[in-house]
Amino acid sequence: MGQKLKLVKNTAGRMVPTMVNGVQSIPFKGIGKYIPKGSKAAPPIRACQDFPTSGDKVVSSLKEALEKCKINNGMTISNHHHFRNGDLVMNQVFNTLSKMGKKNLRWFPSASFPCHEPMIQHMENGVIHHIEGSLNGSLGEYASKGKMNGLAVLRSHGGRWQAVQDGEVHIDIAIIAAPTADSFGNCTGDRGPSACGLLGFGLVDSLYADYVIVVTDNLVKFPCIPWQIQGNNVDHVVVLDKIGDPDKIVSGTTRLTKSPDRLYIAELTAEFVKAAGIMQDGFSFQAGAGGTALAFAIYLRELMKEAGVKARFIRAGSTKYLVEMLEEGLTDYILDGQTFDLEGVRSMRENSGHINTSPFTSYNWHGKGNFASILDTVVLGATEVDLNFNANVVTHSDGQMLHGIGGWQNCLFSKCTILPIPSFRNRIPIIVDEVTTLVGPGELIDVIVTERGIAINPKREDLIKATKRSGLPIRKIEEIKKEVDEMVGGPLEKPEFTNEVVGVVKWVDGTVIDSIFKVKQ
Amino acid sequence: MSEKSYMSGNSEVKSDFCVSYSTENSGELNINIQSKTAILHGSKLKSITEKTLSDLGIKSGNLTIIDNGGQYFVLQARIEASVKAANSKLKTESLPDFKQHSQYKSFRDRFRRSRLYLPGNQAKLMLNAGIHQPDAIILDLEDSVAPDEKDVARLIVRNALRTLDFFGAERMVRINQGKIGLKDLEEIVPQNVHLILVPKVENAKQLNEVDDKIQQIRKDCGRKEPVFLMPILESATGILNSLEIAKASKSNVAIAIGLEDYTADIGVQRTNKGLESLFARSQVVNAARSAGIQAIDTVFSDVNDEDGLRTSVQEAKELGFEGKGCIHPRQIKPVHEELAPSESEIEKAKKIIRAFVEAEAKGQGVVSLDSKMIDPPVVKRAQNTINLAVATGLVPKNWKRN
Repeated sequence: MGQKLKLVKNTAGRMVPTMVNGVQSIPFKGIGKYIPKGSKAAPPIRACQDFPTSGDKVVSSLKEALEKCKINNGMTISNHHHFRNGDLVMNQVFNTLSKMGKKNLRWFPSASFPCHEPMIQHMENGVIHHIEGSLNGSLGEYASKGKMNGLAVLRSHGGRWQAVQDGEVHIDIAIIAAPTADSFGNCTGDRGPSACGLLGFGLVDSLYADYVIVVTDNLVKFPCIPWQIQGNNVDHVVVLDKIGDPDKIVSGTTRLTKSPDRLYIAELTAEFVKAAGIMQDGFSFQAGAGGTALAFAIYLRELMKEAGVKARFIRAGSTKYLVEMLEEGLTDYILDGQTFDLEGVRSMRENSGHINTSPFTSYNWHGKGNFASILDTVVLGATEVDLNFNANVVTHSDGQMLHGIGGWQNCLFSKCTILPIPSFRNRIPIIVDEVTTLVGPGELIDVIVTERGIAINPKREDLIKATKRSGLPIRKIEEIKKEVDEMVGGPLEKPEFTNEVVGVVKWVDGTVIDSIFKVKQ
Repeated sequence: MSEKSYMSGNSEVKSDFCVSYSTENSGELNINIQSKTAILHGSKLKSITEKTLSDLGIKSGNLTIIDNGGQYFVLQARIEASVKAANSKLKTESLPDFKQHSQYKSFRDRFRRSRLYLPGNQAKLMLNAGIHQPDAIILDLEDSVAPDEKDVARLIVRNALRTLDFFGAERMVRINQGKIGLKDLEEIVPQNVHLILVPKVENAKQLNEVDDKIQQIRKDCGRKEPVFLMPILESATGILNSLEIAKASKSNVAIAIGLEDYTADIGVQRTNKGLESLFARSQVVNAARSAGIQAIDTVFSDVNDEDGLRTSVQEAKELGFEGKGCIHPRQIKPVHEELAPSESEIEKAKKIIRAFVEAEAKGQGVVSLDSKMIDPPVVKRAQNTINLAVATGLVPKNWKRN
């Protein structure tokens, strides 16, 4: 069921609910306008005398661990998503909970994947009440149809940390799947048969949950060196035969786009970064693992070599291409948030310049500053962009919820945010009059690079001036839109929305920036 | 009762449509449209379908459309093709608007360094083709189109020529051999096609047949601008008759060589070294020069081998070719870069042109440089070199002022 809620208009002109899953919510007030107050949430006080002096916290099964964590109906169960589509743990956890007869649980993953489709059955049976976390594929479709009991709450990676620290989401039990761990609960992601690189997304869960369970298939003798998650925060350790499918956790090879249009977009993006004067000795950038972003990194590498320029650090999503740049000395450091291929995992294990980080360092709103704003440029994707440079990443033009936010919103605070995107997909133009769902306000989005030209946000007069004589195809966003609309047969028909809310999009500060409504079928 | 169903397209192919039509004795018109994006495109799909049927004068039948994200001009072509397959006598047609951006002109002596081949039934590859800035785009009706797609490809290409913006690239079509080729011309010539590539030409007569047909269609449709020709020589006979072919028509602006078929014809393997085709390529260059037209080299077929492509273009340039076929947009830039004049060529050309301008200003009939006399053809070649350098961005347009 979608929910008919009392809606108010926020500063961005979007209708949003003031109650989200029973919690009072603040409508978006504008960037930097909401001032948080009070103290952060904290886990209950514990004493080391209650834990085995031997340091051995291993219990025999998931069920036993959950029982010892006083599992009850209505609780919130969390996990990190470093195993991506290769996760073999969370389905087992919820199958166990189902067999234990538990109901109305809230699942709070840092992201969900197609492998989590069985969660739909748990929602149908009432084991899971609702999911708060990115919803992809069939879970997104399920939620879009309003079939979930609660609202989908879409948060950025930083926003998840903020929600926990605010006490907006209280985690009862955190499950931390760990490729290598000791019996005390110290664990790491960079080695073991299910190596996934790092465990940064699980850090907040380990610090703030009432109970923490580490699940591993590679138990080593104390101490597990190095550790990213500290055993001092862990209640129990469970050993399973297999916690992840390595082929689906990280792909052996990273897929580079073959599309000539996307390669061209990537090349234009790299040329723009150079022409705008961003590519200077000691600069920093972030690019993800999408095909176009990967190609961007490759073109930028060539331009850096040509110009003899070296970066101070690259924020990643690491891939073999970024690892090569580190090994060639084109950057001093990779500050890694998640590892996308085997080369990334190897490098993190072996190279002291390849550092594991977490959303706390890079994205968290309640941090005393974060790395994202230090970045000279960041290259991101989008499903839609409008004439005011507002962008959408969670829904498509047909109103279906199909993607999570990831670190996307948090990255918008870099000094220059660039969205390289194709100007159309089949007959669907990407530049629209108004985004279906507002996820990123245009005032933070500086440049759109399409195969039909580069549009610079008029607010960035400095970038317009710097690239004026670059010879790059710089055009007005309206001009590109008109050209594409004409080619694909005019602007799209609008989906007809009901007044039932199926999800909300949080801004990085926890306020509600937009709602997702159920589409009339 | 419904009759046999005629299908155009494949329901598995993305960014396309699959259309099937059967006549209906009861006189009813049944339209069934299946689209995953009906929410965004539903009424437009319906209105384009109805307009197409009304253009064609079709009032009954069973029409099924599976939308996998193709462009509307493709939908129009596929409906027309399946309706015509069911009614072979139907003479009506359904044309999309002839857009302003599809009406620019070409001219005889333009560069034809790169020409990008695109299969005539794959419209999705055409949409952004002009963005990669080839000198020419070839919408191919011949080898890259399977026999069962020939009829619809002709209509897709016709519609694409009316609809798409190729951003200044010369608009070329490669027609089929023989009678189907003449049928291709009927659809293509009225659509501001700039140049027709004629495959497997072996003698002047074959080319003249095509040329005569074009002149007749031009007259019928009132087209004033010329349609240029580029015969492709792909056999031993064609190579040996190259001079006759090159001089056969005033419409010829270039001749091209096609090596896949030529090497098969003379019974040798095509190698990277290319010794087996040295004679043929030199012959084509000489025939072209003698006829005063451009010589254009074959395609380089390994898309992933950029170094190999560059070597192949350098070699073509040394032999006297002025252009190379491309089968992927990523080949365009390397081709342009390798065909660009060298620094010393540019410097020499600048000197010659400066001397020529100076002599003209002084009213001298004879141009001389470093005590040597310069003939008019040398001046013309120098001007060509400079034009090429300007086009490649090596020399600013206003170089004379510097």
